[in-house]
Parts: sequence; C-alpha cells; structure tokens
Amino acid sequence: MKFAPFKYLAPESTDEAVAVLGELGEDAKVLAGGQSLLTLMSLRVAQPEVLVDVGRAGLGGVGSGDALEIGATTTQNEALRDLSVRERAPLMSRALLDVAHHTLRNRGTVGGSVAHADPAAELPAVLVALGGEVVARGPAGTRTIGADDFFISHYTTALEESELLTAIRVPGPAPDAWAFYEVARRHGDFAQVGVAASFSVDRDDRVASARLVLFAVDERPLRIAVAEEALVGRRLDDAEARAEAAERCAEAIEPVGDLHGSPDHRRRIARGAVRRALEGVVRETG
Amino acid sequence: MNPDGKANERPGTHVGQPVLRLEDDRLLRGRARFADDVDLRGQLHMRIVRSPVAHGEIRSVDASAAEALPGVALVLRGKDVEELGTVPLEQIGYHEIFPDLEAFGHPLLAVDRVLYVGQPVAAVLAEDPYVAEDAADLVFVDYEPLPVVLDPVEALAPGAPELHPGKGNEGARFERRYGDIDAAFAAAAHRVSLELRMGRHTGMPMETRNIVVDYDRSRDHLSVWGVVHVHDTRRLMAAMLGMPLSSISTRPTDLGGNFGVRGGIFPEYVLAAFAARRIDRPVKWVEDRAEHLVATSHAREQVHRIEGAFDADGRLLGLRDEIWHNKGAFFRQAAPLITDITVGMVCGPYRVPAYDGRIHAVLTNKTPSGAYRAPGRYEATFARERLLDSAAAELGIDPVEIRRRNLLTEDDLPWEPGFEIVFEPVSYNSGDVLAHFEKALPAADLEGMRAEATELRAAGRVVGVGIGVLMDKAGLGLYETAAIEVDPTGRIRVMTGGSSVGQGIETVLAQIVADELTVDPGQIDVIHGDTDLIPDGVGSWSSRSTVIAGGAAINAARRTREKAFRIAAGLLEVAEGDLDLQGGSVVVRGVPDRRLTLAEIAAAWDGWTARLAGDEPGLGGRDVYLEEHMNYPYGVTVVQLEIDRRTGGATLRRFFTSCEAGRAINPLTTAGQVIGAAAQGIGGALFEELAYDEDGQPLATSFIDYLLPTATEVPPIELLVCEDAPTPDNPLRAKGIGEVGLIAVGAAIAAAVDDAVGVPGLVAKLPLSPADLLALVEPVRA
Repeated sequence: MKFAPFKYLAPESTDEAVAVLGELGEDAKVLAGGQSLLTLMSLRVAQPEVLVDVGRAGLGGVGSGDALEIGATTTQNEALRDLSVRERAPLMSRALLDVAHHTLRNRGTVGGSVAHADPAAELPAVLVALGGEVVARGPAGTRTIGADDFFISHYTTALEESELLTAIRVPGPAPDAWAFYEVARRHGDFAQVGVAASFSVDRDDRVASARLVLFAVDERPLRIAVAEEALVGRRLDDAEARAEAAERCAEAIEPVGDLHGSPDHRRRIARGAVRRALEGVVRETG
Repeated sequence: MNPDGKANERPGTHVGQPVLRLEDDRLLRGRARFADDVDLRGQLHMRIVRSPVAHGEIRSVDASAAEALPGVALVLRGKDVEELGTVPLEQIGYHEIFPDLEAFGHPLLAVDRVLYVGQPVAAVLAEDPYVAEDAADLVFVDYEPLPVVLDPVEALAPGAPELHPGKGNEGARFERRYGDIDAAFAAAAHRVSLELRMGRHTGMPMETRNIVVDYDRSRDHLSVWGVVHVHDTRRLMAAMLGMPLSSISTRPTDLGGNFGVRGGIFPEYVLAAFAARRIDRPVKWVEDRAEHLVATSHAREQVHRIEGAFDADGRLLGLRDEIWHNKGAFFRQAAPLITDITVGMVCGPYRVPAYDGRIHAVLTNKTPSGAYRAPGRYEATFARERLLDSAAAELGIDPVEIRRRNLLTEDDLPWEPGFEIVFEPVSYNSGDVLAHFEKALPAADLEGMRAEATELRAAGRVVGVGIGVLMDKAGLGLYETAAIEVDPTGRIRVMTGGSSVGQGIETVLAQIVADELTVDPGQIDVIHGDTDLIPDGVGSWSSRSTVIAGGAAINAARRTREKAFRIAAGLLEVAEGDLDLQGGSVVVRGVPDRRLTLAEIAAAWDGWTARLAGDEPGLGGRDVYLEEHMNYPYGVTVVQLEIDRRTGGATLRRFFTSCEAGRAINPLTTAGQVIGAAAQGIGGALFEELAYDEDGQPLATSFIDYLLPTATEVPPIELLVCEDAPTPDNPLRAKGIGEVGLIAVGAAIAAAVDDAVGVPGLVAKLPLSPADLLALVEPVRA
C-alpha cells in the first residue's frame, strides 16, 4: 500500500493550475483533499504520472450572491459549518453529515467529491437534487455545466481532461422542502442506497415541482422522473403518494449486486429508503 | 490511586482494586514503541509477492526486471528457501496421533503450487518500502490455474480437488465420546437436529504483523523485534534456520493487539530473518492491511450438524455433533489445537450425559486459519444454543426453562465427562452455572426486555430478545515464568513470560506483585518480550496471563521476599522469624523503627558485599508457576435487537453480558476485556465476513468491505461480573476472563432475531447482513 512513483506539482494560483493541466492533459490527476484519490493510489488502483495539488490554488471559500457558490477546495467540514450553506442548501448540510467521518471531512473537499463522481457519494446526488451547477475552467475559458449533465458514469464526468472544477453553484433560495435518507452498513460507510430530494410547494401545500434523486443504485445519481410525477400535485404528507413514489423508484432502478446484497435487496432497500426520506421531509418555514 | 482520585480504601491491597492501567500513559499519549517505530541503520524493507490465484501451478517466476530495479538488494523465490522446509507445527502431542501433520505445514514461499490467494510466492528486499513494492510489481509469475474447493463439506466429497496431493483434504479428525449415545437417542422423547454455518472472520488488531530483524555477523546472531509469542517464535525460527536458540534474541516492543491471530510464527517472519542473515543487513517487514486481510490467520468458519436427544421434560439425554472446520490451505502451528477445542467445548455448561462429537479439519483453497479469541467456543456455543432454542420450541417451553433444566449446578461437581481437550482432562470443579444464570437474568432485566419487545412488536416493530449461555476454558499451557529485580533506587522490575498485547497485563502483574511486596504498583515496571532477560516463557493466549503469569509473579515475589528477609536478618541482627514486610520495608516485629526498605536492602547487597557473604548480588527472585489444569469461567449474554423492516439494519437496543470471574484482580481491566470481546462478538454476528467468490477470490480486501463494528454500532454493554465461585486451583482464585465476553454473542443475537421474527430456529448461519435479515423478515411479514 505504497504509492507508485509520481511527480508532484502544487500550482499557486487557479491560472497556473489551469495552465499546468492544459499542458499535461491525461497524464495529470488533480489532487484536492486526497481522501479518495490517495486511497486508490495506496492500493495502486490509481497510478497517475503527475499529481497537481490544487490546495494552494485559491479555490476555497463559500460565496453567497444570486447563487450559493462553494469553492472546489472548501473542505466538507467547512461547508458543513457554513451558515450560508445551511441557509441556502440545508439539504447539503444534512447530507454532509453522512459523508464519511469527521476526520475525513477535515481533509475531503466539496469539489473533490463532485469531480470524483463516486456513484455512492452524497454530494453529487445533492447537487442534482438541488438543480445545481458545476463551474469549470479550462484553456478555453470558464463554463458552467448543469448537474443533470455533469455526472456521466462511474468516476466519469463532463469535465474535459484539461479542465479544472473550480466551484459548485446552487442557484436561488432554499427549496420549500427537502428530504435525505441514506442506508449504509455502518455510519460513515459508502451508501448502499441513498435518497436526496427537493420540492417546491404551492399555496395549497401541494408539490409543484420535485427533484428526487437516488444514489448508489446506478452508475451516477439518478433522477426518478416517474416518482417525481407521482408526487406533483399531491401533498407531502399523503402516505399513499409517498408509497407510490417509493414503489416507482424501486421499479425504475436497475441496481447491481455486490458483497452486501443482491440487486433485489438493493431494490428493496431503495423502496424503504425513499419512504423513509419522504416521511422525514423537512419543510422550510416561510 | 483509584480512578475517582480517592486513595485506596484498603491500603496495601491492590488486587481487586480498579487501578488505572499503567501502560496507558505511553499508549494513550502516542509514546509507545511498536515494531514499525524501530528503524535500524542500513535496513532493507521486505515486500512479499503474493499469489493472485486460489489454486494453481507455478509455470515460471521471472524476477529479472525486479532485480534490475535500482535499490533492490535481493529477490527470494521459492527455490531459494525450499530447503528450510515448512513452518513446523507445535510439538504438543498431535504428531503422535496424526503422523502426516507436517505435510500440511506452510512453505515459506511457494515453489511449484499455490493454494490460496495471498500465499507468499517471492520476497523482494529493497532500500525503501516504495521501491520494494515497485519491484514486487515487476516479479512476473506465470500460473496455470487449477480447480478450487472452498467449502469444507464439499472438500471431503469424492472427486474434490486435492490440495496436498496424495494426502486428502482431511488434515486431522478428532472424535470425543462418552456415555451411551445410542441408548440416549433410542430413549429420547424428542430429537432435534440442525445444520448451522458459522462464517469466516478474524481478529483485526490495530497493529498488523510486523517484524524487524538485525543481524550481527560477528556472532552469527539475530535480534528480532515485533513478534508476540517470543519464546515459541524463537524456538521455531531457530529450528528452521538451523541456529542454536542462543543465537536468536527477541527485543521488547509494544504490541498493538493480538487476539490470537498474529501470535504464531509466520512464513514472512522466517523470510525476514533468513534474508537478514543472507545479505548481512537488517530487514524490516511491515504488513499492510490489504495483506493482513488475506495473509494473517483467518478463523471461525465451521459447519455443524448437531443433534440433541431430550426426554419428555426437555432434559438432555445426549448430544451428537459432526463438524467441518475449514482450516484453509495449510495448517498453522496451532491448527489442530483449535479443532480439538471446538469438539471438546460443544457441551458447554450443560449436564450432557452422553456425547458423540466428531470434527474434520478440512483443507480448502482459502487463507489458513488460526486461533482467534475464543476459538471453537464462539462457533460451538452458537451451534449448541441454537439447538436448545429449537428444542425449547419443539417442547413448547421457554428457552429459559430448557436451560434451567440442563445447566450444571454445584451438585454436579466435579464434572469430569472423561475426555481431554488439548491433552488436559476436562475437569470443571468450581461454581454453579444455574445459580449464576438465575442471578444474571434479573440483573439483565430479561422480563423487562421481553415485555418491551412484545409491546413494540404489537406496534409493528421487529424486536426480539435472545439468550446465550457460555462456558469457557481458560489457562491452557500449564506453566509460566517470572523474575523480579529490586533496583537500589526502589523501582521494581517484573519480567514475565507473558505478553503485553494491550490487555492490561502490566497493570495486573504490578498489582499482584505490589501486594506481595507491600509497595505501590506505580513503583513496578513490567518487562516482557525479551528472551535475554526472560529465557523461557509461554506467552499470552487462552486467557492465561492473569492466572498463570500472575501465579509466576507471586512465586517470584515470594522468593524476593525470602531473600530480603535473609539479608535483612543479617543486617539488622535478628532472626528471620522476627521480621515482617510492611509498606515496602522489612520491619522487626514490635520495633517499628528498626526497618530497611527493599531499596536499602538491594543497595546494601552490592557485588562486593554479596561476594563476601558467598551470595548472589542484588535483591530479587525468579520462579516458574505450574498450573494443574484449566479453569472454566461461565456466563450469560442477553440481547434485545431490532430489525429495520425497510432496510434490514439491526440495532442492539440492549446488550447484557455476565461472567463468573472467580476473582477480578482489576475490575477496570476485567470490564475492558469483557466489553472488547463483546464488540468482537457483535462483529462476528452482524458485520465481519471474509467472503470469497466462486473462484476463491477474497471479496473483503479492505476495511471498506470488511466491516468492523465501530462506536456507532456497539451499544453500551451492561455488565455483571461475579466473584461467587473462586477457583480452588490457583493462589489468586481467579478465572481467565479474556474471552468470555465474546462466546455467546452470536448465539444470543441469533436467538433475538428468531424472537423478533417469531420463528424459533430460523437463523441457521452467521453473520447476518442486512440482506440476510431482510430476507428472513419479509416472507414472514408478507
């Protein structure tokens, strides 16, 4: 469990980081908090030629204007403690509690987790559930990619080889209601299945729109449109609607089995997790 | 001083007091020194190339690229060490019964065949651990895969692939019988039989297997850091390397846990020593966790076909158990012993008039197995307690009642069924399990737990209560050594043949010696693991240290006291009979100001003075303690468990465990031992499994998939430690309680799951994952 040889670069600015990545292309791997990458390197599953450590590239910090903007190297614990995150994206604050363990969150970064795109990770699912965006910079400049289009497959995103994820953005005010539930073997483990959802609610307390995302059931966070449809126009305390949404989720997914359970088991606990999530919907006051 | 800061209520009496652990000062402050902290000038780092296939022929080993890598000093292949032979098994009597035993011994490096994923195939020695690993990746081995066999029952079926050609897959078979078993079954009103499976898991000490070896060419002498059972390791290493015992010395280090699994001598240890001698440089090997998961001894995996004969009232007439014990691909040193213990402990704390036990030690293409805390007892207790629960259901009586009718009482003593475990006749001679049971159940609030479970079930929750009753055997290994030296400054050094693996033995031995010498435990330093200071010893395993190393410490302290009296009598010019030991001083009775401290006596007895008196200099004593036979602690575990019917997750709402300790030398370390063991029992029942795919590839290859219970999964452990039945066999009157907390956990959790679901006898295997639990819950609820 010792790394294979690699070169290490630590650019001092975002410009420099982008330039370095542009030069190196596929030989480079971006290092942020290292809580996933270094483990893979220890196991020699990942053997990058060059590590580009963006820890000093000035990408940290949370900004809150029209959109909540979280710099890529903001640690997960910094985001968890941040009051504007709590105000604008309470779903993200809640989900961060289930991101690994406290000590890992001290190093692990928000941008790292999103760019790593582990299908069982919380933050990618939350970003999709909140209709968020990813800000990326490359040799050609800066672009914004919607979360729905960003996550492609296992550890694969819409980022180009020479692009650097610089921030994630969540537009608008906090959703009227949100939900989160995760099933893991132990607290802090990778999810067996997880649910992240946000809702807007009309004056009659009925769901006007919904974004319901399952994670750890497919190669990327998955919006379940048929379940969202089952909820729109109905109240969130409608047990029948919740059960129907859960059932539709279970039918819609095609999870694979692993050491911890068969596809059937995953489907079963997905159904349970959606029900739990919806039973525990949090209504923002106001 | 007690943890609450108050002075000891009984000054001078430290045994029985909750003395804070002396070793914690360095362990908790990060000041302990483990093998990995030992760095020697010029050391090479060893990296093992391991087999990626579960069964195969080695066509070729090409190490040329590895050897050419700068920084690589040596690459060892199987042929380079073949002449050293296989790691020998313990010579404790099994060779006479099984003459072929050594055929199953583990080779240092595979020569032409590999038998499990993780088996060492080559060893690379390089200037740093990174280069060593780079080079290991450049050793190209060509394997021709062979069919694998993984299941212990299938491995004995005709036509199964044979691991050791011509030897069959049954490495040993033990049979233990007494009473008229056929008559028992013929007369039975009820017969119950079950097939039960216990999964494969093992101990995960924080410190992996590490070793540092230094070589002194001028004396052809090896110094070794990091091994647990130093005397045994030295003996076997010397035998394999063809060196005299005196040419190998072990040096003390702190040890980050053992739990049995890293106590043996492993191929890697011998390779490190061989390489150090071969290239005349120190060698360091630090096992990483990925290696640990496939190459440290595994444990537990067993299949039991157990059958009970009961009379109309549920009294046991006889027990039969046929057991398949999956030993993995080779036998470790103590392999037969664990199989032997399993079949010997099936009857547990019950009055079983007739028993017929048979166990097969089976070779399969998995990692070799060894001892893991409570070897054989966790498995056998699961099987037997499952049987009792099923019998209770068949008879329509409460699981408590069937146990009440069968547990051993004082009237049954001595209980000597007439067979041996590890060549020691079973003799259970103190205590009353039934009385303990009757005390433990109210202490556990069994009725409260059950009432609450019933209420919760009525509300749609899946909650149940389960009981397990256990008997352990402790103190195997018959003797231990100790030596004491009093320094002229007053510090007292206790040198023990036991091993300090984190269990608190330094504190416990200090308490024991403190009482014998009427000093404070804080004055005492306990030394272990140094074969130059402690030429012989047995080590810490089998819950033996407190009783046996403690007995040796008492004897050595008494020798020290005798010598102190002898010297003081001369110096004070009184008869020895007029002397007493008080507050660390030898005092003339009735004349309290005529006294000499032990330090003063030690100082007075310097080399010159002792020479003139014709005596050995200094103050101290050494002795060997001989134990007559094992002791048998017992206890009860009661759990209340809830299953989440949406996710299959299990929550231990209540966890109670009790034990009969005879005498608790230190209530704090006693509690620590029982609680730690309980956590491991929970791991084995609900989380930990070394699973394999059908090709023999291990699936739990990191802590992402090998799930140790953590602080969020282990509930508060409610504890009852009784001192109702001190053992008559040792001066401390203590029973070994290092393992009791683990033994009945699997049984109790299985019973609680049955109860929660409402189907007695439902659980037939451990561990139970959420997927397993959901599969048990759903059909019943539908």
